[in-house]
Amino acid sequence: MSMNPLLEIKSLVKKYKEIVAVDNISFSISKGICFGLIGPNGAGKTTTIEMIEDMIPPTSGEILYKGKPRSSLFKQEVGIQFQQTSLLSSLTIRETLNTFKSLYNNPADIEEIIDICNLREIQKRLNDRISGGQKQRLMLALAMINNPELLFLDEPSTGLDPQARRNLWSIVQKIKERGNTIILTTHYMEEAERLCDEIAIMDKGRIIARGTPDQLIKEYCEGVTVILPRNSINIPLSSLPFRFREINGRIEIRTNDINSCLNTLLSENADLTEMTVRSPSLENVFLNLTGKQLRE
Amino acid sequence: MSLKRLWAMLHARNLEFFRDRSALGWNFLFPFLIVAGFGIIFGGKDYSEYKVGFFPSQSETVSIKDIDIPSGFKDTRFIKFIGFISFEEGAERLKHHKIDLLVKAGSQSNEYWVSDTSPKGYIVEKLFKASLLPENKNIAEKMEIRGNEIRYIDWLFPGILAMNMMFSALWGVGYVVVRYRKTGVLKRLNATPLTAFEYLTAQILSRIFILMFTLAAVWIGCSLFFSFKVEGSYFDLFLIFLTGSICLSAYGLAIAARGTSEEFTSGVVNFITWPMMFLSEVWFSLEGSSRWVKLIAKLFPLTHMLSAVRKVMNDGASLADVSTELAVLFFMTAISIAVGAALFSWNR
Repeated sequence: MSMNPLLEIKSLVKKYKEIVAVDNISFSISKGICFGLIGPNGAGKTTTIEMIEDMIPPTSGEILYKGKPRSSLFKQEVGIQFQQTSLLSSLTIRETLNTFKSLYNNPADIEEIIDICNLREIQKRLNDRISGGQKQRLMLALAMINNPELLFLDEPSTGLDPQARRNLWSIVQKIKERGNTIILTTHYMEEAERLCDEIAIMDKGRIIARGTPDQLIKEYCEGVTVILPRNSINIPLSSLPFRFREINGRIEIRTNDINSCLNTLLSENADLTEMTVRSPSLENVFLNLTGKQLRE
Repeated sequence: MSLKRLWAMLHARNLEFFRDRSALGWNFLFPFLIVAGFGIIFGGKDYSEYKVGFFPSQSETVSIKDIDIPSGFKDTRFIKFIGFISFEEGAERLKHHKIDLLVKAGSQSNEYWVSDTSPKGYIVEKLFKASLLPENKNIAEKMEIRGNEIRYIDWLFPGILAMNMMFSALWGVGYVVVRYRKTGVLKRLNATPLTAFEYLTAQILSRIFILMFTLAAVWIGCSLFFSFKVEGSYFDLFLIFLTGSICLSAYGLAIAARGTSEEFTSGVVNFITWPMMFLSEVWFSLEGSSRWVKLIAKLFPLTHMLSAVRKVMNDGASLADVSTELAVLFFMTAISIAVGAALFSWNR
């Protein structure tokens, strides 16, 4: 834990009648990092982030911002991108940005925000006549309109095509480089690995693991997976000295010692031309921790 | 409260309204069409209250002078005569209340048929019989009301404007705010420093501006086609309409304080607007109605607004003369704002 965390969450609980959506979670977030909350749908990520945003009240627990309970200034200093929201219609993108800019005491330079979020070419278009990717960029720009110290991004790339998603990631990278602190929820592991400095994995309302992506992978996953076409091995499979499985004409070998594995395969004259080596990912971390896939 | 934030929301909402061409057009066109329609129906020389069939006739429309029925009856105003080839054809129309009385043309005994269950038939039968009696000028003395005549269109016009104001306020504030809540617009605004008071004030001010703008435009538009008589002061009328629009917008706010269901809100708005439209004397007077109907009517702001407007427009009353109506409107506004503000939720 950092000496001076920007945000401290202590024993946070949210109950809806009999359902415990968030079950006594605690964590802190240092200034300037991108903190990822990952987990499957229904894990409690959005409920957690909305309690921190002050959009819904917690059942119990404490949320400290800069070491103190959140004051009326909190909303002046944070930016929020929700999973799903709409905007006042019939306004152009520039008018929408100007409207939101007027709601803050210390707004950002609107031209800079337009450039960061790649909105210049479409700034005169009505905000309800743009594509999904463009809308997400506009929502991100609105979240940035007050140059926030703390930026909340709730599943920012859900529903976007791969190109729009990568485009959004590059914008978030630019925001990170400006030094803004970011809390991001996602169920895309590639997104978390690419953007987050620290990650908390949530399941059933609890945080089940926490650390940097590398730490989590090292701690919860062992070895690598070597994948070869079935016909590249000329000896009976039963004589292979590894744990393996055969799927769709391919052999997947799990090993903790890649050098020894490759030496054995070469000594048996295996054809390695089409071989691939897969390192473990956060998805494997989650699978190992919970026994289920992230998108289940 | 931040005036900058309030102005930003007011400006954005006005842009949204004025750029929605279809809604904007309808807001102006609807009252104009109603006033125009009633102007044509009640203002024209051909208006008739009763329909009297006669037979035999070769065509449906025959010149009055060619119809062989008692001249005293023929000359009665507000009766339209419709010809039928045979008795059977006329009787069929009478049976279905498409005409109020059927007369046999050229009959020496002045034969006629009427439906005993038809109120209009009863009246027109009396007219028919009276027209057959010799005129006795001493039987009743006609007196004249001195002063300006109030035409129906002069009485109706403020009612139509006020009704349009009511629909625009309740749907424009009530329904729109619930829609914003459902789609997440309010949630997004709640993530900013904007306060509920600033947002709601902007909504009401925006709606009042739209209502008064529409009122002025429709008034000017209708004045080009109809000459309305205003006995009192235009400034007083403006103030009464302004007070009424504040009250109706506040009503809309109270309706929109909670809820995310557009269908439910639509039902609530209909539940309020329809009785208000019929019981606030927009279309007809409640004179002679039962006491409880009049009491219910008093609960509606439209009743008091219309009462004040008609007193100024038709009778030349001053603001002091309508101070009771204005006081009731202010009271209703205060109650609605208090309820709306106390119950308002950004999310639920």
